[in-house]
Amino acid sequence: MRRIAAIAAAKAAAALSQRLRVGGGTALPGLLAEWIDPNIVPEMARRLGEGSVIVTGTNGKTTTARLLRGIVRAAGLRVVANRAGSNLMRGIAAALAESAGLGGDFAGARRLLGVFEVDEATLPQAVRALRPRVVLFTNLFRDQLDRYGEVEHVAAVWRDAVFALGRSATVVLNADDPSVAALAQAAPGQVLVYGVEDTSRGIDRLEHAADARWCSSCGGELAYATVFYGHLGHWSCPQCRAARPPSRVVATRVEPEAEGTRVAIAMPGAEVSVGLPLMGLYNAYNVLAAVAAAVALGIDAEATERGLSSFTAAFGRQERLTVGGRRVQVILAKNPAGLNEVLRTITADGQQKDVALFLNDDIADGRDVSWIWDVDFDLLAGKVRSLTVSGNRAWDMALRLKYAGLDSLPQVEERAAAALRRALRATPEDATLYVIPTYTAMLRVRALLARWARRPAFWQEG
Amino acid sequence: MEPNLRLAHLYPKLMNIYGDRGNILCLERRCRERGIGFEVTELGLGEKLKPKEYDLIFIGGAQDREQRRVAEDLVKVKGKALREAVDKGGTLLAVCGGYQLMGRYYRTAEGEELPGVGAFGLWTEHPGPAAKRFIGNVVVEWCGQTLVGFENHGGRTHLDEGVEPLGRVVSGFGNNGEDGGEGAVSRNAYGTYLHGALLPKNPRFADHLIETALRRRHKGLELTPLDDRVEGMAHAAAVRLTTRRGMISR
Repeated sequence: MRRIAAIAAAKAAAALSQRLRVGGGTALPGLLAEWIDPNIVPEMARRLGEGSVIVTGTNGKTTTARLLRGIVRAAGLRVVANRAGSNLMRGIAAALAESAGLGGDFAGARRLLGVFEVDEATLPQAVRALRPRVVLFTNLFRDQLDRYGEVEHVAAVWRDAVFALGRSATVVLNADDPSVAALAQAAPGQVLVYGVEDTSRGIDRLEHAADARWCSSCGGELAYATVFYGHLGHWSCPQCRAARPPSRVVATRVEPEAEGTRVAIAMPGAEVSVGLPLMGLYNAYNVLAAVAAAVALGIDAEATERGLSSFTAAFGRQERLTVGGRRVQVILAKNPAGLNEVLRTITADGQQKDVALFLNDDIADGRDVSWIWDVDFDLLAGKVRSLTVSGNRAWDMALRLKYAGLDSLPQVEERAAAALRRALRATPEDATLYVIPTYTAMLRVRALLARWARRPAFWQEG
Repeated sequence: MEPNLRLAHLYPKLMNIYGDRGNILCLERRCRERGIGFEVTELGLGEKLKPKEYDLIFIGGAQDREQRRVAEDLVKVKGKALREAVDKGGTLLAVCGGYQLMGRYYRTAEGEELPGVGAFGLWTEHPGPAAKRFIGNVVVEWCGQTLVGFENHGGRTHLDEGVEPLGRVVSGFGNNGEDGGEGAVSRNAYGTYLHGALLPKNPRFADHLIETALRRRHKGLELTPLDDRVEGMAHAAAVRLTTRRGMISR
């Protein structure tokens, strides 16, 4: 009875919030459902015939989950998934309630798999409620420290969550991230490791933004033969001989293409090669992680390749739009290592770029903006034609850029709409404007761009 | 002789959280723009500090594990030199975790007591894992002006009788969330919880440090003013956002 009420309430709230156009409609329905029936997630997750997969980590959750959903569908399964960014328990509850019938049963439950992206700090609750078949970890970066506490604390929470998994669960780990690879020791069941072997895109030393440069076994300083980005790379500990574990799913080649990346991945008994409309090494990691999870689920290489090729860019992650004859690419910025890789990627061809940076400090962005001092904005020096900064912390960003060795100071406009208009005007026709916002700024930017893309003249008004 | 500022940066690899790099970049830029030379020496674990070789000493913040390693090294290797430097009027800036370790001791959330350097008459205790962390924007009144920054600490710091705080909290928590004090001053040594990074957005405080540090070798030195318009805008925006938000609970 309780469950029926919870599901009905969630469905009604979702319908209402979509009708009223307040948000994507996942927070309130999920909260309502959990409030009426606190057991709703475990009860309904039990009915998913194919079980659940959890995708967690600092960077790449949304894109990786999206890639994996494509693969799973290509393998003939149906998917229940939470919406991009709604990665707390309420987002999972909302997704389950939305997919179920009023009685709490799923149609065609036998072939149904849950693919849930889960917030780093929510992992213990999600593991308890979902009893997942596979838990995929992407990476652990310093991100929004004011919200999660410290990186080390998150690593400890993850260790406990992995330890609490059933013996039948497979943990999928990134070999190149020392603090993620260390989770293997806590796993009661199977472990599947993935990593990048192609060192041609490596850099020779750790960037300033690197986090985990200390061995999680002995505390000694790690040595790196190759660094890919942040603290991801081929690492070893000279003191205690802990080292990057051998991988079963391996990126053997990562090649940048005109507007994307080609990745070749070797897995036991097969190889897949895909070209994706996503740039940057971090996206090669997302593809690799999704393929590793597919291997853990027992999905074959042929379905994996088909699933990947049907990919479209995830919500706000490198999607492309055309506004007033300018191409606009929106790339979410969350933390120093991620943003460094974004800057490195967009400036790689040496041409002059038009860039707009949006820095907000709401809870979902991280209230503490000090992380921008750990970003290597010098990467932009000599490579920008126009540079606009916006967001409620626009002046913090302007001040940071004063230290970046650029030829001139950026244009500063705190109001998002005015800033976006100015940045579009500064971008030559047929050129691309790279818009790099923090999370809440991304929501605002997307809404504006969607409106202007429908009314081409709008952005030029006032 | 052209003046130059010789900075000792303690544990840059271990104590580098929360954009501490911004503080170093700021000191360097504000010196170079005035034709003042700038040299940084990075001192890690096991490396001795010779106070006479430096005009200014900086130590930043860290996570708990790193803080423990640093605490041990501070007591064994650098503690005596640091106390001497501060006693003789040397200039020092200690931020967040570095600030806590400059006191007599830091008691962790688990109740473990890490001995401190004792360069400041203060002590810090973490009330336990369940206690609220002090996180958020801060505005502090300092010498008739404001300092802006961000704080994020579980430990509560208490000053000995007679020890002056760096400033009074206008908005935020400060040392312990109770007595309205933020940071501490011991002769020319300054401790604070403010990062964000602290110095770029508080250029007057940055200049105060540079001037104090250089005047020991260059008596009567005056710094020429710089173009601080962007700094002023960022400072003002931080004050505006902090105090406006202070009205509603977040």
